[in-house]
Amino acid sequence: MVAHPVNLTLDADERAMLDGAQGPAVQLAMRILTRMAPLYGASSLLPVTRAHVDGVILTGGAGLAFAERLAELGGRVAVPTTLNVMSMDRERWHDLGLDAAYAERASRLGEAYLRMGARSTFTCAPYQTEHAPVFGEQIAWSESNAVAFANSVIGARTNRYGDYLDICCALTGRVPAAGLHLEEPRLATVVVELEPIPPELALRDDFYPVLGYLLGSVVAEEIPVVTGLECKPTEDQLKAMAAAAASSGEVAMFHIAGITPEAPTLSDALGYRAARRTLTISMTDLQRTREALTTTMGSQVDVVAFGSPHCSLAECRALAKLMSGSRASPSVRVFVTTSRAVRDLLARSGELAILEAFGARVTADTCIVVAPLVHPDAKVLMTNSAKYAHYGPGLLGVDSVFATTEECVASAIAGRVMRADGPWQA
Amino acid sequence: MASVTVVPGRSVASGSARGEALAADIPLSFWGGFDPETGVIIDRRHPLAGQVAAGRVLIIPSGRGSCSGSGVLLESIHNGTAPAAIITSRLDPVIGLGCILGDELYASHPPMVVIPDRNRRRIETGDLIEIDECGFVKVTKI
Repeated sequence: MVAHPVNLTLDADERAMLDGAQGPAVQLAMRILTRMAPLYGASSLLPVTRAHVDGVILTGGAGLAFAERLAELGGRVAVPTTLNVMSMDRERWHDLGLDAAYAERASRLGEAYLRMGARSTFTCAPYQTEHAPVFGEQIAWSESNAVAFANSVIGARTNRYGDYLDICCALTGRVPAAGLHLEEPRLATVVVELEPIPPELALRDDFYPVLGYLLGSVVAEEIPVVTGLECKPTEDQLKAMAAAAASSGEVAMFHIAGITPEAPTLSDALGYRAARRTLTISMTDLQRTREALTTTMGSQVDVVAFGSPHCSLAECRALAKLMSGSRASPSVRVFVTTSRAVRDLLARSGELAILEAFGARVTADTCIVVAPLVHPDAKVLMTNSAKYAHYGPGLLGVDSVFATTEECVASAIAGRVMRADGPWQA
Repeated sequence: MASVTVVPGRSVASGSARGEALAADIPLSFWGGFDPETGVIIDRRHPLAGQVAAGRVLIIPSGRGSCSGSGVLLESIHNGTAPAAIITSRLDPVIGLGCILGDELYASHPPMVVIPDRNRRRIETGDLIEIDECGFVKVTKI
């Protein structure tokens, strides 16, 4: 047996949950939570108003058994809870070539969480749905990119809650009172100075994933503040940056001076303290990082994928514009991975038909690294996502080619890699 | 001649265990780094790549990377492929969560003990490790 914490203070409601007053599922969740709290250095719990659960990705029998047990014990989420990507497109799994036995297990896992009252969002970009948190809101989120976006871009407050603490937080509506839920640990401790870059570079959509990927690789468990970024990135650019930083490192929060909400100025980000250290990012560092995201120099391309994190409506519309009237080479399989909500909107606007006429498979609920959508014979994945480029080699056994959205579309049409260095050469 | 040392540790997930040490001074991510089907370390960039961790006492500075590592550790406890115990120098909530979930769901978990870096670095692969309920780590070099 594991010793129960002695120095954790619970309020009356929390104690009642631990004693089983809200049923056995909440009791089990509270027991796990109270055993975990001391590991985060917390001496109490605090309430949250929202949760995002990642346990809905099928990893094996134990994860499925845990979710089904909580659902059978009558577990109901205590706060509005969104669900991360699952391991199948619930509507089109058969057309996408998923095995029926696999789909049955992936579906059971999703159903277990829905039975507990979670919402069927099935997206890794919950911050781009109507369930997005607001500035200062205490939330219990999982999914590394969503955690980085919520803390950094929105100013909501969460630690990284992994398998399966996320559902325990959702069922109890509590988190350990520690880390990024508090004021002081959110302050930057390391300054990352971006040296001057060609102005046209900061307008390109491949700049922010590269900057994020580099950021994740140079900071450890510290909160960085980036300085020297002169133009205001769009929400989708910040999303790509956050996802990249959370892929190459464990970045749960970053500031950009003058841009992100807790960094109106560099001094605000630092809490008017001196930085523990200052790093400089040069053009050479950025070039090297961009090169590291591409693992092959050949011209072959088998798969072109957009949507990690899930493509927003704006990103899908931009793709529809680029793809309109063209057709992908038959040798290239094109994936646009997005949420059900966005795909439904695209169906109504007619843009889904444009993407499909191009030859793109527009998947909902899932993505290519959590469901077996990419053919095992595929050798080269081309993508505008640093996260797909990062995980492709390990999880899919492919080489990655990282490029702009335009270059990815052009390559899908040509059937070979079309990629130029442009302002990256400078 | 065998030399024996006893190191007091902080027990994060207590329990007793005995097994051969499998030690490296590089953090390991369970997600993508450990196969819960076989109990083998699969991170090709890690010095323990290819080694069987199942049934041995895994000794690393800390976990790293994805917080899905707790799910992987739970799967391995479920499959009977988990390490016999885990010794780290940093209190890693991801590994701790995997152990606590195993205890709550299967009444079975590898004990997890935190010991200082300088003590941990003296342990080598092949040493016999015995851990008791209070977090004492007995190291026998044979």
